[in-house]
Amino acid sequence: MTKLTIRGNMATALGAKLCRPDVIPAYPITPSTLFPEKISEYIADGELDAEMIRVESEHSAMSACIGASAAGARVCTASASQGIALMSEMLFIAAGMRLPIVMAVGNRALSAPINIWCDHQDTISQRDTGWLQFYAEKNQEGLDLMIIAFKVCEDKRVLLPAMVGIDAFVLTHTIEAVDVPDQKLVDEFLPKYEPELRLDPEKPMTFGSFGTPEFYQEFKYMQTEAMEKAREVIDEVFAEFKKKFGREYRKITPYKCEDADVIILTMGSMSGTARAAVNKMREEGKKVGCCKLTVYRPFPAKEIVELTKNAKVVAVLDRDISPGFGGALYGEVSAAFVNEEKHPFITNYIIGLGGRDILIEDFEWIYERSMDVIKKGRVEKPVQWVNLNEEVL
Amino acid sequence: MEKTVKKRRIFLMEEIKMYEVRFHGRGGQGAVTAATILADAAFHEGKDVQAFPMFGVERRGAPVAAFMRMDTKPIDIKTQIYEPDCVVVLDPTLMSVVDVTKGLKENGKIIINSSKDPKEFNLGKGKVYTIDATEIAIKHGLGTKTNPIVNTAILGAYSKAVGNVKIESIEEAILQNAPRKKEENRKAAVEAYEKTRGE
Amino acid sequence: MVKVTLGAVNKIAGSSKNYKTGDWRTLKPVIDLEKCKKCWACYKYCPEGCIEKTEKGPIVDYDFCKGCGICANECPFKAIEMIMEER
Repeated sequence: MTKLTIRGNMATALGAKLCRPDVIPAYPITPSTLFPEKISEYIADGELDAEMIRVESEHSAMSACIGASAAGARVCTASASQGIALMSEMLFIAAGMRLPIVMAVGNRALSAPINIWCDHQDTISQRDTGWLQFYAEKNQEGLDLMIIAFKVCEDKRVLLPAMVGIDAFVLTHTIEAVDVPDQKLVDEFLPKYEPELRLDPEKPMTFGSFGTPEFYQEFKYMQTEAMEKAREVIDEVFAEFKKKFGREYRKITPYKCEDADVIILTMGSMSGTARAAVNKMREEGKKVGCCKLTVYRPFPAKEIVELTKNAKVVAVLDRDISPGFGGALYGEVSAAFVNEEKHPFITNYIIGLGGRDILIEDFEWIYERSMDVIKKGRVEKPVQWVNLNEEVL
Repeated sequence: MEKTVKKRRIFLMEEIKMYEVRFHGRGGQGAVTAATILADAAFHEGKDVQAFPMFGVERRGAPVAAFMRMDTKPIDIKTQIYEPDCVVVLDPTLMSVVDVTKGLKENGKIIINSSKDPKEFNLGKGKVYTIDATEIAIKHGLGTKTNPIVNTAILGAYSKAVGNVKIESIEEAILQNAPRKKEENRKAAVEAYEKTRGE
Repeated sequence: MVKVTLGAVNKIAGSSKNYKTGDWRTLKPVIDLEKCKKCWACYKYCPEGCIEKTEKGPIVDYDFCKGCGICANECPFKAIEMIMEER
């Protein structure tokens, strides 16, 4: 194992390279551009034996991914923001055709107004495409989750594509120390991809063919069942990964939640800052914990209920917004509790949109709002915006 | 906004012992590379590190900043750097355009690429160190006379002035990270280390 | 019983040949080989690919011709006439 100090984009590119992909169709977009740059460098330097396809749009990038994957190749790509929005149509097709493509995402806000900085709107908006979704807290997780994603996706019980999200700039452009697993170990962990059926001119067949009303619903049911199966496969792969590489991953990772009255739920790079904030507040005697979601699809509803059912308030942080509702994660956490007899107050905080820095003080503010809820015994404002500068409104 | 940001950061520096550095340069001068090499050097001394550019777009010649954070413990926080312990100025002409002491801690350090004596700078806070990194860079053939590459030389001055990363580690990190003229870059750092002047 | 397949894969190649689309037709193209100069415009423009090139001239495969009339429209010598299908 070697230790390198590298940017997040390089971590995901290196993670991809260790998986020995055969085909990488990609269209560069900020903040993911370094990914295709690194991949083409690896190929040019002879470190990676693969085909890089330069396409004219993200829609074409995903189309090429689908074709290559159907032909039996191990395929990855990278994108962000508007690129993912343009891909949307093909994302549904990749999942419906049950192709285990892995995409590294530099999570970035969507226009308008144009913004190249971090939030989770791009991937959250694609949550219904049928792709698995992983979110990394740091560069190490970005690298590891690429390997984990391929292993989960290529499992015969799953056969679905996955997105691995690393936060724009906060991770994509930030240099951190990363343990790089040995190629030999990765090869043992992730054997060659051998699909049962593949596109082959010698033996022609039709992929993703017509689904009439008599059958379409059954196709979708099969696809949904595969996503359900992914739950146990993810746990198995996490366990195997820990055995092989020593690093532990969980769908949700709690921190100081055992006796916490308030549990703050986070996703992505803000999770580290949340832990630092919890440490500080714990020293002040506040009963607060936090929990990071690494897997967003399939949604770990059971795990979240189990962890938070005895807390008084669950504060759900969303780096995304569904106008007319609130944050996506908030909706899903609330839904997870709907048939439970007893549940905590569930509140929502919209935070860090378009690269607004997320500070320790923000978590303290959220804790104070949660204590207000406990004192009053009711939630007056379920959805609140954190660090909103009302002076410019 | 400025005020609230300042308030936010005070406890952090008191309670979480870490060291934060901000580099000022112009797009294309290698401020990000300097932050990267310093992070790599600190990392090889066993510290946890982060290095990052000013988030967003960079244009050649426009004022840019780069950041480095290190700690003996694993770094959890992902916030940007508002109150650095040290500021490194790669291009002295920036000082009339940018407030390089912004957010700098009262007892912080400022390392300036300049042939002047540190006493000639009156910045109101921080301890000033100077090094004529431009002269050293030109002497070692780094960049051109009009566009010298001073980012490795200035790291030698950092090691001398701050002392929390050894010059040997910086030399090693330069050899690892410099894209070309590795040995010249290393020598420039060592020469700068020897010639750094403090108040 | 037909079962749904993973990723909607149809393993039988060329199964669309079993769908005789000729019965979608109301008008059918009839080629006057006297007027035909064998320029093959009809062959090139047929969206169904059901016009065959032969020594004698183009021959329409009425099993698959949907009667769209593109061949008649494109023929520079007006050698193709669309006539009412007699059933």
